[in-house]
Amino acid sequence: MNFDLTEEQQILVDSVAKFVQNDSPVERFRKLRDTERGWDPTTWARMGEFGWLGVVFPEEHGGFGGQFVDLALILEQLGRGLVAEPLIPSVVLAGGLLSELGTAAQREQFLTPMIEGRTSLALAYAERQSRYSANDCQTRAEKRGTGWALSGEKTWVLNGHAADQILVLARTSGDSLDAEGLSLFVVDGDAAGLERIRVPGMDGQRSALLRLRGVEVGADRLLGEEGRALLPLERTLDRAAAAACAEGQGEIQELFERTVAYLKQRSQFGVPIGSFQALQHRAADMYAETELCRSTMILAAIAADYEDREKRQAEISAAKLQLSRGGWFVQGNAIQLFGGIGVTDEQDEGLFFKRLRVLQGLFGDADWHVARYQGLPGFGSDE
Amino acid sequence: MDLSVSPEQIAFRQEVRQWIQDAMPADIKAKAAGGGHYDHEEQMEWHKILYAKGWVAPQWPKEVGGTGWDIGKRHIFGEELVRSNAPQLSPFGLMMVGPLLIQFGTPEQKERFLPKILSGEEVWCQGYSEPNAGSDLASLQLRAEKDGDDYILNGQKTWTTYAQHADWIFLLARTDASGKKQDGITFILADIKNTPGITVKPFLTTGGTDAFSETWFQNARVPQSNRVGPEHGGWTMAKALLAHERTGIGGIAESKRWLQLCKRIARETPVGKGSLFEDRGVRDRIARLEMRLRSLELLQLRTLAAAQVGRAPGPESSILKLVGTEIQQETTELCMDAMGHDALGWLDSPPEALPAIEQGVASSFNYLRAATIYGGSNEIQRNIIAKQILRLPTA
Ligand SMILES: Cc1cc2nc3c(=O)[nH]c(=O)nc-3n(C[C@H](O)[C@H](O)[C@H](O)COP(=O)(O)OP(=O)(O)OC[C@H]3O[C@@H](n4cnc5c(N)ncnc54)[C@H](O)[C@@H]3O)c2cc1C
Repeated sequence: MNFDLTEEQQILVDSVAKFVQNDSPVERFRKLRDTERGWDPTTWARMGEFGWLGVVFPEEHGGFGGQFVDLALILEQLGRGLVAEPLIPSVVLAGGLLSELGTAAQREQFLTPMIEGRTSLALAYAERQSRYSANDCQTRAEKRGTGWALSGEKTWVLNGHAADQILVLARTSGDSLDAEGLSLFVVDGDAAGLERIRVPGMDGQRSALLRLRGVEVGADRLLGEEGRALLPLERTLDRAAAAACAEGQGEIQELFERTVAYLKQRSQFGVPIGSFQALQHRAADMYAETELCRSTMILAAIAADYEDREKRQAEISAAKLQLSRGGWFVQGNAIQLFGGIGVTDEQDEGLFFKRLRVLQGLFGDADWHVARYQGLPGFGSDE
Repeated sequence: MDLSVSPEQIAFRQEVRQWIQDAMPADIKAKAAGGGHYDHEEQMEWHKILYAKGWVAPQWPKEVGGTGWDIGKRHIFGEELVRSNAPQLSPFGLMMVGPLLIQFGTPEQKERFLPKILSGEEVWCQGYSEPNAGSDLASLQLRAEKDGDDYILNGQKTWTTYAQHADWIFLLARTDASGKKQDGITFILADIKNTPGITVKPFLTTGGTDAFSETWFQNARVPQSNRVGPEHGGWTMAKALLAHERTGIGGIAESKRWLQLCKRIARETPVGKGSLFEDRGVRDRIARLEMRLRSLELLQLRTLAAAQVGRAPGPESSILKLVGTEIQQETTELCMDAMGHDALGWLDSPPEALPAIEQGVASSFNYLRAATIYGGSNEIQRNIIAKQILRLPTA
């Protein structure tokens, strides 16, 4: 048992923190949110040079062979500056699946350029009716010649508006709720028959609504085994939930620290508002929730690498619940304790609040994770 | 960063678990399988079994009777004791005054008191609180006046847990009322059984047990050699002792046990053709609490890991008391809810009406309201966090 950072991890954290401080304070995000893409390809390329986009991938795949924890530490720091470059969709979701399932040729063609920051990726799995169930998929892929033709609609595809390639989940057999019969395909962002509707989000980041009308791909675009995508997809979504906890920790920490600073600085009734016991106790509880979030964020990042499915899911669901419940306590009270200016767009706290709320709703919300947790076999056992 | 446990720790846990099973006498085992409500004699019986094994004071240094285990092993041992539902040992000697004497006692005091704390021959209680000195402990008024080689004690203590079973009491007394109130307090040990002028009056808690007492002092004469630390230096002693008291106060292992019990109650409670455990509402509530407890457990592990490498307990430890006691209360609330009509029962409801595993729940549910009050109430904990950690201004 050990919670200390290694020397390399500490260097990594420091360098990301420095990057956020010098090159990507919240003002950079404010400018980006008014642009069409919402993030900056030059910065993305720099992240590639820094090696941040490849930390979790094995060396044979062009990565640095790190653990998921390393990526989580990067995400946490980026969260403190609301950095909008698409690490979660590109590295965790699509990159993770390419690394796990891709052939050497597919990795070289799609993963390597992303690791180097030359391209970005996305994963399209959710549909209007699916909510958080990855198996609920109506998009179909039919055999066409030696390849496939994809038809259907995908919603809330993070970075789907800008990605060079999008991994699309489609049904190659079975009924729309079956666990078997799901396959993944690598689709080019500019493929014929693919309509991408840019969807601005509450957090100032972008996703896309995808309409696929007989989008044709070759046989070499099938990722992994035909019909067997659900298990790896589920694992990837677990890792994405852990990633959301990691980035969210950055936002939670910012909100908490900014609130405590404001309590000392703002005066009413001739005294700092932080001298009011009602607010002191609120701040103490915010502190407790922030630290509990940090604990489960570490837990989730470690569990993201677990092979044991049940253990992984139990820990990550616990963390995601804490992100929602504890995080919500911090973000809601942060705005409350700032008073009126807390709800102005000018003030950064609202931006952190919104990004955090988005992360809470991605990859399973609190209720979904509670439902999954109570359904795990271990929940009913005696140990 | 890793959460893995060493093969040595796994083996140790197994060893402890097995030993507890083998060492528990039949009557205690029977109670452990039920509600686990023990009387004083059963507590002391278990104390002596642990003492004979050499495992009664793992947190003491090895030279004075400890086990020499590191923090990780001590933690595992504590968890296994709770898990087994064995009687909880009285903490006042082993966890409080013992460690304080080891740290600050004279050689004579150590020799006189430590062996009998270990063996269980002498039972201790804590005399801090008074009717007008609770959270504001430093305003305590029980007087200690010097007379020859003695102190003469006059005043009243209250909430003195298990004073009626105790042989000795450690107490805070006022020796100087002139200056700052923290500066006139002295830490004194008194023979509560044999000193003329000390009277103990037990009273009932809402848990239905006579867990605490009022303790009166009327010209009670105690030798000055029973003072621990310097005259007027009692506040420093009290703070040092508090550090010992706080460890494990989050009750995480206890909460785990309560959640297991809650699941068992739900499984054994018929509803229609199935059981209450099939109810999604009930399952969700248990799941949410169990998941939150896991968050807290991780926080505890972080604290332990820091302590393991000799770092002072970080600010995290104050959260353990705050959140841990609230979770503990919620676990018993959940058990009560799962019991439905059975929650109307009491310790002495006949087993035909109240299943054995539910017997003690209502009592604990009531008694555990105290968890957020004693050991520094949760409001006081929040004050501490706000002032000492967040450095928020005073009005
Ligand atoms: C089961 C049990 C066992 C105990 N055993 C012992 C024992 O063995 N020996 C012993 O000496 N004592 C013992 N105590 C006493 C315990 O330490 C006190 O109850 C505790 O310190 C609180 O004091 P009080 O009860 O006088 O409450 P008060 O201090 O009067 O508090 C009343 C309420 O006011 C709140 N409050 C007080 N001050 C503040 C503040 N500054 N800011 C905000 N809120 C505040 C409290 O949190 C509480 O909610 C025991 C108590 C219980 C319940």
